[in-house]
Amino acid sequence: MKNSSRRGFMGIAFGAVAGIGAVASLYAMKKSWDPLPSVKAAGFTTLDMSGYKENELVTEKWRGKPIFVLKFTAEMIAKMNDKQKSRVITVDGSQFMVNLGLCTHLGCIPGYDSEAQSFLCACHGGMYDFTGDVTKAPPPRGLDIPPFKVDGSKLVLGEEGPEFKKMKETGVTL
Amino acid sequence: MAHFTKATSIKDWLNQRLAIEKVEKVMMSEYWIPKNINFLWAMGMVLVITFALLVVSGIFLLMYYQPNVVTAFDSVNYTIMREVDFGWLWRHVHGVAASVVFLIIYIHMFTGIYYGSYKKGREMIWISGMLLFVAFSAEAFSGYMLPWGQMSYWAGMVITNLFAGGSLHADGLVEWIRGDYVPAQAFLTRFFMLHVLLIPLAIMGLIGLHFGALRIPHVNNQDGEEVDFDAESKKYLAGDKAGSKVMRFANDFMAKDMMVVGFYLVFFFYLVFYHYGFAMDAVNFDPADGLKTPAHIYPEWYFLWSYEILRPFSTDVGLIAFAFAQVIFVLLPFLDRSPNTVPASRRGLFKYWFWAMLVDMIVLTAMGKLPPEGIFSTIGLVSALTFIGLWIALPIITMMEKKA
Repeated sequence: MKNSSRRGFMGIAFGAVAGIGAVASLYAMKKSWDPLPSVKAAGFTTLDMSGYKENELVTEKWRGKPIFVLKFTAEMIAKMNDKQKSRVITVDGSQFMVNLGLCTHLGCIPGYDSEAQSFLCACHGGMYDFTGDVTKAPPPRGLDIPPFKVDGSKLVLGEEGPEFKKMKETGVTL
Repeated sequence: MAHFTKATSIKDWLNQRLAIEKVEKVMMSEYWIPKNINFLWAMGMVLVITFALLVVSGIFLLMYYQPNVVTAFDSVNYTIMREVDFGWLWRHVHGVAASVVFLIIYIHMFTGIYYGSYKKGREMIWISGMLLFVAFSAEAFSGYMLPWGQMSYWAGMVITNLFAGGSLHADGLVEWIRGDYVPAQAFLTRFFMLHVLLIPLAIMGLIGLHFGALRIPHVNNQDGEEVDFDAESKKYLAGDKAGSKVMRFANDFMAKDMMVVGFYLVFFFYLVFYHYGFAMDAVNFDPADGLKTPAHIYPEWYFLWSYEILRPFSTDVGLIAFAFAQVIFVLLPFLDRSPNTVPASRRGLFKYWFWAMLVDMIVLTAMGKLPPEGIFSTIGLVSALTFIGLWIALPIITMMEKKA
C-alpha cells in the first residue's frame, strides 16, 4: 500500500510537471509559427494619389498583396448609388476606389474591364462593379478596403484613419 | 539472464540475439494470405514500391533544392533539370510517382469498398488507410509549393485561404499558417519542413499502423468468406498445400504481387520517360508572382473531385460541402449498416450505390478541370449534390439489405 501510494504520487507529480511542460512547449511552438517582427514592420505603404489617371486601374503592392487604385470619372461618380458611394475614398478633392485586389471568395486577383467598368475573377466567376462591390456570387462581399489614413495628397496603407474606422463601423468593409 | 551458447554459424549467432528465424516466420513465411484473391490485392505492394520511389528520388532532389523564394524556382528548373547529371530523372520520377500514387490509392480504396474490406473487424484497416490518404494529400500539396512557380504560389494562396472558414474570417489563422500576410519566405520554408520531415514521418508511422491493423482480421478475399486462418495454416504446414485456403505471404503471395509490380513498373517508367508532361503543369514553369493570378487555377487531377464539390456553391455552403467530402469516407464502416461482407455485386442496392459513386467521382473530376461555365456548372452542381445524396442514402439502403 505504502509503495503504491508513493508510485501514485510520483505519477501525479510527473504528470503535473510534464503537463505544464507540454502546454508551455505548445505555446512556444505556436509563437514560432507567428509572422516575424520584420514581416509585420514592413506592413505600411504610402501612395501619392496625385498621379493617377481616370478609369485606369493601377495595381500597387501592400503587405505582398495587390492593391487596386481606380480614379473615378465624373460620369462614374454621377451614376453611383448610396452603397457604392459609401465605398469611395476622397483624397485632396479626387474620388478613388482603393481596394485589396484579392477576390473575397478564395483570394484570386480579379481582372478589370475598363469598357464594362467591372471586375471579373477568372477562378470561380465572381464579379464586382467599379467601386469593388460584389455583383455576382460566389464572393460573399465586395472587395475589402485596406486600413488607410488620408494624409494631405497621400494615402498611408496599414494605418487606420478616421475615414477607415467609420467604414469599418458601418460595415462597408471588414 | 538469457543463456547463450557458442554459435555454430552466423545465422545461429544472430538467431540467439535477434530471433531472426522467428521474425521471418511472423512477418513472411507464416503470415497467411487467402488464395481466393485477384490482381487488385497487389495494390498495397504497388503503393509500397511507389512510396519507396518517392523517398529515393526525393533524397536526390533534396541535395540541390533550395527552399528560398529567390532561388527555389531556379534550383529546380535550372540546377536540377540542367546541371545535375540525371537530375531530370529524379524530378520526373518524383512528379510522376506523386501523381500515379493517387491513381493506385483510388484503385486500392474502391477495391476495398467493392469487396467490403472495411467491415467486421477490418474497420481499423480502413480508418488507418483513410488517414494515410489525408497524409498523402498534405504531402502532395506541400510538395507542390516547393518549385515556387505560379501554380505553387496561387494554389498555396487559395488552399490556405480555406482556413479562414468563409464567414468566420479567421484571417489571423491564415496569417499564422503562412507566417506572413501572403505566401512568402516563412511559408515556403515551413512547407518545405512539412514536406521533407514531418509528413513523411507521419506517413511512415501510419503505414506501420495500416499493416498492423491487418494482422488480426487478416486480408479479405474475393467472396468475403470468413477463413479459419489457424486451421487452414495447419493444413498447409501439414503438407496439404492444395487443399488449404491460405498461402504464405512470402514467397507464395509475394511472387504474384511482384509480377503485378513488374507490369506496374513498366507502365510507370513508360510515363517517366515518355509521358511525364501530365505531371508537370505548364503554368508552374512561370516563377511565382503575387501580383498576377493565372487565368485558371485548378488543382492536380487527384484533387479535382473534392474541388468540384467546393466550387458550385457560395463560400460557406461550399466549405461545408468540401469539409463533408474530406471526412465522409472515413466513416464508411459505420455508415454501411449491412452485416454482409460480400462483393458489391451480391449486395442488392449497394451494387448500384458503388457504381454510382465511382461514376459520380469521375464526373466530378472531369468537371473540376473544365471552366465553371454554362452546362459544366450545372453538371458540376448536380454531381456535387449526387455525391452528398449518395452518402445520405447509404445507411438507408444498407439497412434494407437482406442477410445474404
